Amino acid sequence: MLRLIPILFCFVIAIGAASPAKAAEGEHPPHLHWSFQGMFGSYDKAALQRGYKVYSQVCAACHSMDRVYYRNLTALGYSEAEVKAIAAGFTVTDGPNDEGDMFERPARPSDHMVNPFPNKEAAVYANNGAFPPDMSLLAKARHGGANYIFGVMTGYEEPPVDAELLPGQYWNRYMPGHVIAMAPPLSDGMVSYEDGSPETVAQYASDVAHFLSWASEPTLESRKRTGFKALLFLLVFAGVMYATKKKIWANAH
Amino acid sequence: MSAQTTNSKTEDGETRRDFLYLTAGAFGAVGAGCFAWPFIDSLNPAADTLALATVEVNIAPIEPGQAITVVWQGKPVFIRHRTAEEIEEARSVDVATLRDKQTDEDRVEKPEWLVMVGICTHLGCVPLGQKTTQPKGDFGGWFCPCHGSHYDTAGRIRKGPAPKNLKVPPYKFTNDTTLLIG
Amino acid sequence: MASGERASFKNPVVNWIDERLPVFTLMNKEYGVFPTPRNFNYFWNFGAIAMVMLVLMLVTGIVLAMHYTPHADHAFGSVERIMRDVNWGWMIRYLHMNGASFFFIAVYIHIFRGMYYGSYKKPRELLWIFGVLIFLLMMATAFMGYTLPWSQMGGWAATVITNLFSAIPLIGGPLVELLWGGFSVDNPTLNRFFALHYLLPFVIFAVVFLHVWALHITGSNNPLGIEPKGKQDTLPFHPYYTAKDTFGLSIFLILYLLVSFYAPNMFAHPDHFVEFNPMQTPPHIVPEWYFLPFYAILRAITFDIGIPFTEIVFIPAKLGGVIAMFGAVAMLFIMPWLDTHPVKSARFRPQYKLFLLLLVVDFLILGYVGMEPADAMLFGSIKLLYLGQLCTAYYFAYFIVILPWLSRTEKALPLPSSISEAVLNKHKAKPSPEAAA
Repeated sequence: MLRLIPILFCFVIAIGAASPAKAAEGEHPPHLHWSFQGMFGSYDKAALQRGYKVYSQVCAACHSMDRVYYRNLTALGYSEAEVKAIAAGFTVTDGPNDEGDMFERPARPSDHMVNPFPNKEAAVYANNGAFPPDMSLLAKARHGGANYIFGVMTGYEEPPVDAELLPGQYWNRYMPGHVIAMAPPLSDGMVSYEDGSPETVAQYASDVAHFLSWASEPTLESRKRTGFKALLFLLVFAGVMYATKKKIWANAH
Repeated sequence: MSAQTTNSKTEDGETRRDFLYLTAGAFGAVGAGCFAWPFIDSLNPAADTLALATVEVNIAPIEPGQAITVVWQGKPVFIRHRTAEEIEEARSVDVATLRDKQTDEDRVEKPEWLVMVGICTHLGCVPLGQKTTQPKGDFGGWFCPCHGSHYDTAGRIRKGPAPKNLKVPPYKFTNDTTLLIG
Repeated sequence: MASGERASFKNPVVNWIDERLPVFTLMNKEYGVFPTPRNFNYFWNFGAIAMVMLVLMLVTGIVLAMHYTPHADHAFGSVERIMRDVNWGWMIRYLHMNGASFFFIAVYIHIFRGMYYGSYKKPRELLWIFGVLIFLLMMATAFMGYTLPWSQMGGWAATVITNLFSAIPLIGGPLVELLWGGFSVDNPTLNRFFALHYLLPFVIFAVVFLHVWALHITGSNNPLGIEPKGKQDTLPFHPYYTAKDTFGLSIFLILYLLVSFYAPNMFAHPDHFVEFNPMQTPPHIVPEWYFLPFYAILRAITFDIGIPFTEIVFIPAKLGGVIAMFGAVAMLFIMPWLDTHPVKSARFRPQYKLFLLLLVVDFLILGYVGMEPADAMLFGSIKLLYLGQLCTAYYFAYFIVILPWLSRTEKALPLPSSISEAVLNKHKAKPSPEAAA
């Protein structure tokens, strides 16, 4: 067994050398505790529902989320009927119909979340040349993930005196380069919560970061469950193989 | 090292080794089996495909005598608003004389609405008869041009090579004007 | 194979087949009774582990290809569909993604083992060359696989790497357009990369076959680097090494699954989750970790090579970088003829051992340099570039200068007279069964 140590050491080096590069600028966002961290971590459904509410009432005005479908919202704890009702509240363009015209209809659970803009160019034009990124994968597409999203949501500050900001630009502590083209999106009390959670910017930010983490990695819970079973099996298998190997080699020395 | 030193333990050792071989082999086989399943299951319809497994149809604009074709799970579904004569014709047939013995009542939820998968049970062609300009066959229903199967106004096979009646998909009326297929 | 050499089997069906096509005899000869040095340590597991990883990559890759769409408009979306909608798609994709990394980990350790114990030396030169060829093919395959999700990282990696070829004089420009199938990295590029990414693993498989064939002609090297002299020095491959390899494999798989299931994006950069935008390069792009040392060598050549104090340039910096990077792999090909010392194992070559371990450290530092931005500083004052250049210099010096020099001057420690003698002596000195693997 001792012979394994140098090899494990090689592993540690190989993996250590392998961790990807860090972000260029911008302060490291604060580290929050998230329920989905750790070996047995899972999403908090109440936080997801609140986060969805913040997304749909605030973020969705500019940010699309077109990899997420209304049918996926059952994972937030909504029933099929509730999801259907949520979807029906949105309008999508479908067609062409028998006469060759496009028509509008209420969204169905099988539709992806509706885009606030008809296309990318319209989104850029409406936002002073800055494209509001699609949010489906945002938590995985930024260093720091949920912590970063929480950081940017809560990191708006007065710019330092020597900073030169153009009109339509804002100062954010955690944004790489500190300059952000999005106005502070959240303010206390702007979204009402039914479960008595505080209606503060910090709570909104953490809920929406939770929701976006789920959106970028909806299979996290089944992944951890499957991984646990697979590892348990392999540990036992390794034990059996060790015993077998020892027995076989016993008379070779 | 040599046979002499291990002689006293040989029999015991053999059994233990055989047991370990079996255990290791069994573990390997079970592991490989469990590992194979996700790969096979990944070939089953995915969540987005399943989400489109049902389709809702507004049947309000379909007049008696008219028929429409909708796509359900990639297949054509015939929805026919039957006239009183067509219903009468379908119900007057002696079931015992049919190839695939089914009464008209067995094939519909509401007598005026006939809903069927529009795929000939012979070799999978799409029968004609949906549009007024198309031939409806000898029994006023549908006619398959590929090999000449004739279906009646209940979509039952009456003549030609097809072995079965046109298939009725699972469906229900969610209200008077909405039909949910699947 | 003459029929007289056939093994006999109890099972009549097996016997019937074997009389007509002696596959079972072959398997028995090459993997059953095959004489294998009795003194392997756990470093010798990594060949079998790499083989399993190759098969795993093929299996996961073929299934992924059934769900993937190789079109610039749909590739990113189809990968997300695999992650979200396809049954177990997330698992198959994460196993494939991290499988590439763990395949490289296994192969890097396997290469290190070959260098440490002198497995590339006569009579195993061709075996070693097939191995380096596999490594090269793996790099090409991994690079093309990296581009397939059509992310910012993948698309720009494709742009940067294909642009390397533009450094070739005269034909560089047209060659790059040929690679792209257009005037930039676009749909035709993605399509051909997908086709090649699907093809190359099977080429790898074929070369692995040659690699193993060559291995079974010369027989395996071993930690002592002395050839087995008879039956007392070897053990049949089965059950001794089948059991040992399976045990080693299960430990390796535990680490692999730990990453795949609990930190699946450990090796992935955030820009891997943004769709490719040919109009906007991310601020900092890096290749996959297993390319980083070579990437650092590429970037280390920042100067033109020509006649000093004149305007005459033979090799412009861009071409120099490309030559250095490919030269770094080429060194491995010619290594058997650079190191001609008669003793194989580093156990008996203390100087060689020192320089080799230095090379490992050097390679890791190069990896670190490759990961950092091009203008990064060390301790805030020294340009990291200089460190990269120093390490590049050592890398090439190791092969071109140190190995030939050591071959002539190094006096090796006394070798044991046989494998069995060494094993028995060690067994006498340390009777613990744990230590004598």
